[in-house]
Amino acid sequence: MNITNEKFKHIPGWGIDADPENEPTYPMKKYTGDDHKRSDYERADQQKQEILLLKSPERPAISRVFGTTVPPSGLSGAIRRYAFHYSEDKIRHWIPLILADRIQVWEGLLNDLKRGYIPNIVAERGWNIEWKHNPKGMVKKIAIATSLGFLICCTLRKKKK
Amino acid sequence: MLAMNYRGPYRVRTEQRPMPEIQHPEDAIVRVTRTCICGSDLHLYHGMVPDTRVGSTFGHEFTGVVEEVGSLVQNLKVGDHVLVPFNIACGRCNFCKQGLYGNCHEANTMSTAVGSIFGYSHTAGGFDGGQAEYVRVPYADVGPTVIPKDMDPEDAVMLTDVVPTGYQAAEMAGIKKGDTVVVFGAGPIGIMAARCAWFFGPARVIIIDQLDYRLEFAQNYAKCEAYNFKDYEDPVLFIKKITDWYGADVCIDAVGCEADGNPLQTFTGRTLMMQAGSATALQWAINSVKKGGIVSIVGVYGPPFNMIPAGNILNKGITIRANQASVKRLLPKLIEHVQAGRLNPKDLITHRVPLEEAADAYRLFSSKLDNCIKTVLIPSTKS
Repeated sequence: MNITNEKFKHIPGWGIDADPENEPTYPMKKYTGDDHKRSDYERADQQKQEILLLKSPERPAISRVFGTTVPPSGLSGAIRRYAFHYSEDKIRHWIPLILADRIQVWEGLLNDLKRGYIPNIVAERGWNIEWKHNPKGMVKKIAIATSLGFLICCTLRKKKK
Repeated sequence: MLAMNYRGPYRVRTEQRPMPEIQHPEDAIVRVTRTCICGSDLHLYHGMVPDTRVGSTFGHEFTGVVEEVGSLVQNLKVGDHVLVPFNIACGRCNFCKQGLYGNCHEANTMSTAVGSIFGYSHTAGGFDGGQAEYVRVPYADVGPTVIPKDMDPEDAVMLTDVVPTGYQAAEMAGIKKGDTVVVFGAGPIGIMAARCAWFFGPARVIIIDQLDYRLEFAQNYAKCEAYNFKDYEDPVLFIKKITDWYGADVCIDAVGCEADGNPLQTFTGRTLMMQAGSATALQWAINSVKKGGIVSIVGVYGPPFNMIPAGNILNKGITIRANQASVKRLLPKLIEHVQAGRLNPKDLITHRVPLEEAADAYRLFSSKLDNCIKTVLIPSTKS
């Protein structure tokens, strides 16, 4: 196809970065050959480890810096510790982590209540803004949730009988 | 200090938290001036990313003023106004040295498959993010870049992720002059990918989404063709039809794990979480590209796996390119594009919200309310 800049002059920068020599794609990697040295590379100083840090079993050691936010604790923390016995290839690694995430939501609620803080769920979920911009959608969501709840209650009551 | 605080799926609040501290001699503490909510933050907000711990602060797109530096920091000084790439990179490991700053091996203890990203779960390193008044920035000599004096701070914050990711999506796609490019997803990244695709000289850029307001925005901003897949029973067939029954030369997946459009993908990926989200956009990309074409992926998928038509990748001889954007590698070129007026990233910003109202901002973006394209959170301590 014969393409000329003229046809696309309304688009600033058209074709400015084109390089037909690169096939099939532009290089993202500046090849240095250092890959063959494996893990023998210069490293920064080691950040002091003052918290419990879960390490991927696919690494020989912790990284030189790491995040220190929310160390594992409680039941969710125990599940996370279990998860980190398995490599990132295993479903036994990831499913427990998702389970721990969900359990920690309840632990978070309990912790809030323990320190005398009652979370404002309406504000945290942004329902005010949803109501402001999407009242119909919100009514629909509430109706669906209520109907589902009602159906589940009815089914459970029937089973009990 | 005030910071966003994740409390569980669809629940966040802002509250007082301890000030971050220097924990490594190469750290800096940055006072945040602007911070965006990224489309990929919604994957965290929706509880899609494993090891997203309650109490975390999100935010990987931010600019700020350096308040304190560690003893080994040489390139930054207190008072510098910097834009901070979303990847945390040491600059020394083999991956960084080869320009793969999104794949640094020395900033994430929790996972080897994922590099390290500010405020993006413990799977991505467990660092607090920039949706706060202050943030700890590790390897401060490597990532943070002083914002040029003549640059609008809103353009600068878009250079931390949106612009590099959109640009790299187009770069990885190996676009040739005259090509037809199809971008799936008209969120900020998809729109930017469509805009940046033109830098490589294609004849057509097409964007596909399901939200008319975003398609209209994309059409104007990225000067591309825009189609709503809901108007077509079979989007792949439609793309074949509009590409002379040949397929697109390249396809870009700018959606990731929360794609709509295929009930089976949605149910197994998003409802049951039996796969790492819904891979509809990737499936469509693989099936819409020509034989021997290139599929570029910047849409975010979580671990561990997704259902995609692997057989078609083989049988069509497709090249797949994917990565988290290497922001530091791309910054010099992208700053030049912005300064030359070829890119106007701040035009994507539709909402500017005080940090205190982060919960509303997340809901606004998540539910696509008020024609939201891109939201910036502004801490009260910005000036």
